[in-house]
Amino acid sequence: MSALSDRLDAINAEGRAALVCYLPVGFPDVDTSIRAMVAMVEAGADVVEIGPPYSDPVLDGPVIQLAVAQALERGVRLKDAFAAVRAVREAGGEPVVMSYFNPMLQYGLDRFAADMVAAGGSGVITPDLTPDAGEDWIAAARAVDLDTIFLVAPSTTTERMHLTAAASRGFVYATPLMGVTGERAAVGDAAERVVSEAREAGAPKVCVGVGVSTREHAAEIGRYADGVIVGTALVRILAEADTPDEGIETLRERVAQLAAGVREARQ
Amino acid sequence: MTESLQRAPGPFFGAFGGRFVPEALMAALDELTDAYDKARVDPTFGEELDRLARDYTGRPSIITEVPRFARHAGGATVYLKREDLNHTGSHKINNVLGQALLTKRIGKTRVIAETGAGQHGVATATAAALMDLECVIYMGEEDTERQALNVARMRLLGAEVIPVRTGTRTLRDAINEAFRDWVTNVGTTNYVFGTAAGPHPFPAMVRDLQRVISVEAREQMLALGTLPDAVLACVGGGSNAIGSFDAFLDDEGVRLIGCEAAGDGVDTGRHAATLTGGHAGVLHGSRSYILQDDEGQTQPSHSISAGLDYPGVGPQHAYLSEIGRAEYWPVTDAEAMDAFRLLSRTEGILPAIESSHALAGALKLGREFGPGATLLVTLSGRGDKDVEQAARWFDMLPGSRDVEGEGE
Repeated sequence: MSALSDRLDAINAEGRAALVCYLPVGFPDVDTSIRAMVAMVEAGADVVEIGPPYSDPVLDGPVIQLAVAQALERGVRLKDAFAAVRAVREAGGEPVVMSYFNPMLQYGLDRFAADMVAAGGSGVITPDLTPDAGEDWIAAARAVDLDTIFLVAPSTTTERMHLTAAASRGFVYATPLMGVTGERAAVGDAAERVVSEAREAGAPKVCVGVGVSTREHAAEIGRYADGVIVGTALVRILAEADTPDEGIETLRERVAQLAAGVREARQ
Repeated sequence: MTESLQRAPGPFFGAFGGRFVPEALMAALDELTDAYDKARVDPTFGEELDRLARDYTGRPSIITEVPRFARHAGGATVYLKREDLNHTGSHKINNVLGQALLTKRIGKTRVIAETGAGQHGVATATAAALMDLECVIYMGEEDTERQALNVARMRLLGAEVIPVRTGTRTLRDAINEAFRDWVTNVGTTNYVFGTAAGPHPFPAMVRDLQRVISVEAREQMLALGTLPDAVLACVGGGSNAIGSFDAFLDDEGVRLIGCEAAGDGVDTGRHAATLTGGHAGVLHGSRSYILQDDEGQTQPSHSISAGLDYPGVGPQHAYLSEIGRAEYWPVTDAEAMDAFRLLSRTEGILPAIESSHALAGALKLGREFGPGATLLVTLSGRGDKDVEQAARWFDMLPGSRDVEGEGE
């Protein structure tokens, strides 16, 4: 078992879902982004999903696209993501990285996995890499006991659910809606269906992301999922803040609300 | 060569190709692959495609000897494969008719496409009009400005054109946005990919649909008595080039030369010559060569030609380059525009700026071969869409600099 699974088990034993919060590294700048991640842990995020920016984020909507483009313009590097991993671990959060594949490939898959572990990271979510295309990556991650977290979608076939559940460690990342990241008014019934299909396929833990933004969403999804993943809504707070400190304070409030949401879910 | 290189099925071409996409698209790509595997061996599909090629596109396209142009090519004999004469003005129609037919077969009602120069967008809009499909075209905002005429053409054909304002506002961003649309609307929508790149099955499927170029040209050359010494085609993503090469792949005596856009020159960093100046990586769903920095961030490409202005290249080209079966030459903006003017003035044929890169390669290769060589150049498109840009390049618009100023 991995540190991430252990953490999710412990949270489950509390009778609630985990709160997973995403931010890209380097937005609005490296220092603020890392401080914001630590603040999220302090406000109740169990897992922080750290996003090293990539130039062609095909699975992200406009809010995250703009944020990562700005981070890249300011010269963010992969080493900054490892620094963020370290900071989240020190703050007591469970750090995972969500990275598009090419930056990992160019860094070197073995080196990427080793540096993740050295920084205290527990797993890597790969939005544009599926298990059947990711044999090299899975081997590199297994060699150092790093979790591989793959995605499933409403369009995922039963056969692919099994493939993905078998290749995932830590949790399976379920996207309840077809589409890119971004806030949605409602998450819909598809979420619960995707989660139960992933479970039937053997996924021990399933977290739900894409479209989640409010305490009510968190409470709704927390009923049946092992974790609730929030991203765009948090990035938007940093994007709309007048100053970095104001952004971090607003973020703290929102994360506290979401943390309350996952605690209401199963009451 | 013991084994044929023709019609390589994918998903991998050596170490290149594959399918690196979000899980949400895997079911659609599997469905498309299955549908295409069935269609390619189904006589009714082949017959329908042949009928459209003949009665709609105007195939076979002719080959034209260009002796006055060839005088500048070291005395070589130069033939042009005239894809510019196809309906809609480029080779792109060959691909979209096949993919639109496939869309009907899998029961989807909406097509999306990316476009750079606008030729693929125009072709897709055309096929959508013909086959009664809803059509949305993503085009980088910079390209909508460079190619305003093609934007109007697509709209006249009933397509919705969405300018993409993110990133570098060119072809690469249009592809990103088309993928995002596809992830969201995959239930009703088929992505008609414009070039022989992207995730499997696109590289092999687009190649098969463009292969008609080399199949016809090879027969046409043999009818004249000889295979060419070399085949040249321009390479952006590489669909006309792979279509021009495929039937010649097993003809060891035929050199295959892809002409990449070197922009201001590969050493300036402002170019789109991916195989010359890039290295291996994953972009837009497949492993190939990419213009990227040391951390895998895609770098902006530069070319006077919107259709070649792309920081990736089809995976089969990366493979053919690696095994040495094809060569990839960088051709600068200036070299391409000189060739554009030369063909226009010596033969009365206005080439697309994209295709002018292949013409420039032929001028160079002809001089290298010396007299007696026979060169076959794919003229992938006509230059009508490029008239304003070319006139500006050659300072032929009265007060052109003022006109440019007003646009700012």
